[in-house]
Amino acid sequence: MIWNREREAMPREQLKKVQLEGLRNTIKRVYERVPMYKKRLDEAGISPDSIKSLDDLERLPFTLKTDLRDNYPFGMFAVPMKEIVRLHASSGTTGKSTVVGYTANDIATWAELMARTLTSAGATSDDVVHNAYGYGLFTGGLGIHYGAERVGASVIPISGGNTKRQITIMEDFGSTILACTPSYAMFLAEVAEEMGLKDKLMLKAGIFGAEPWSNSMREDLEKRLGILAIDIYGLSEIIGPGVAYECPEKHGLHIAEDHFIVEIIDPDTGERVPPGEKGELVFTTITKEAIPVIRYRTRDISAVNFEPCSCGRTLARMDRVTGRTDDMLIIRGVNVFPSQIESVLMEIDGVEPHYMIIVDRVGQLDIMQVQVEVNERFFSDEVRHLEEFEKKVKREIESLLNISVDVMLVEPKTIQRSEGKAKRVIDNRKI
Amino acid sequence: MRAIQVSVFLENKRGRLAEVTKILGENSINIRTFFIADTSDFGILRMIVNDTKKAMDILKSNDFTVRENEVIAVEVSDKPGGLANILNILNSNDLNIEYLYCFADTNRHKAIDVMRVEDIERAIDVLQNAQVKLLDEIALSNL
Repeated sequence: MIWNREREAMPREQLKKVQLEGLRNTIKRVYERVPMYKKRLDEAGISPDSIKSLDDLERLPFTLKTDLRDNYPFGMFAVPMKEIVRLHASSGTTGKSTVVGYTANDIATWAELMARTLTSAGATSDDVVHNAYGYGLFTGGLGIHYGAERVGASVIPISGGNTKRQITIMEDFGSTILACTPSYAMFLAEVAEEMGLKDKLMLKAGIFGAEPWSNSMREDLEKRLGILAIDIYGLSEIIGPGVAYECPEKHGLHIAEDHFIVEIIDPDTGERVPPGEKGELVFTTITKEAIPVIRYRTRDISAVNFEPCSCGRTLARMDRVTGRTDDMLIIRGVNVFPSQIESVLMEIDGVEPHYMIIVDRVGQLDIMQVQVEVNERFFSDEVRHLEEFEKKVKREIESLLNISVDVMLVEPKTIQRSEGKAKRVIDNRKI
Repeated sequence: MRAIQVSVFLENKRGRLAEVTKILGENSINIRTFFIADTSDFGILRMIVNDTKKAMDILKSNDFTVRENEVIAVEVSDKPGGLANILNILNSNDLNIEYLYCFADTNRHKAIDVMRVEDIERAIDVLQNAQVKLLDEIALSNL
């Protein structure tokens, strides 16, 4: 099913006109309203009037995640606060969060994109959407919520946690669409099986995202829960979940190109790569009001296919994200940068720490262990002092990232040193 | 009248204690006594050796995390009630012991109790006033 055929199946020639108009408006908007962009465009010798075709996009400078951090909290906003109706934030690379704002129109756009996603999964006003994405500063929960309301479905805003209760509610309320991270869906399936309630569930589809997963995991979920499982992609810097979503053909995620222009670049040179080739995803928003971004480098690796899809949509499809160009980890749906762990250790111990992050998947849950080398500054002959140190590191990391972590002290020089960039992560997950 | 204890951080994995003792042995350092405090992840080896400075240097150069601490070494008769008497003195003066370990000097029929206390200055005063014999670093290395 298609929510908005006029837009999702628009002839590509027409789409290009929509994109050019949106691009020109956006460049004008940021030039006039966002000092950082005015400066960058002036430096590059580009005036808003000189944007005549979509090819001119290539001449524009990139926007990085650090730009959002450097302009913390509201420096990239293109509207006054009185027009902002919502704020979301994700944890930043070194402790400071990345803040994004939405105008009423932005929220409406986001709801539209999520309505497209839900409809693509088969949701109608007759459905009961079980929304186990986290509600709060994270965009997952409220994103699905508004989309489900737009479709007219009944939303259960259950958020994460308390898994047995989730299963009971799914059974009692007759949930038909499940929205959560794929690893949590696996866990729900497991618990439902243990409770002997799996056959009582009415689920028909699941919308799973916010962390990497594989086709074999999809097949497993589809079989165990008897559902259609589709992938969803998004990032708060662009709008949140719903930037791209799968159709039941499962041959890539349709990008909402009437709101975002996609490019794939070589992460080293910054040059575009030919369609179908792998590279870094770059998005330019063309309808966003509160915080438009020009050529935002996502660090996500994918490839884009511009051929029309057999589902009828003409929107380009991106491959499932296969990796990152930076060292960001996604653990239980939470973005984790090694530099965040490092900043916590620096703060506690005062010097550059030697540490290693070990990620594994036990059952269906991601677990993270941080190994810290003991040094003479905090080593003590008393066990309780070392245990207090461990607890403090654990507490600080958990309060920063909101996921549980196991901290382990190790002997000096046990963590591998390297000449260039230190290896900080061992990811043993098989996804 | 203070004694010096050397503490070494050890991960809970096979062969670590053997490694420490081998290094000390190869460098002619004699361990008078030792005690390991352990958790599920790690252990702290605490020991009295005959040459503290040399032991510290050698362990550091072998990438161990080490630390020196002042402790009290008390010599008592190696017979029932020897330790109880000491603990009673400390207790009646409200002095807390963090940890304690002992060894016997069988030739002289003495027992030596090594203790880490919260307030080492006062503990030394109190014990000396009670005519308890304390051993310092030199006395320990000459045992």
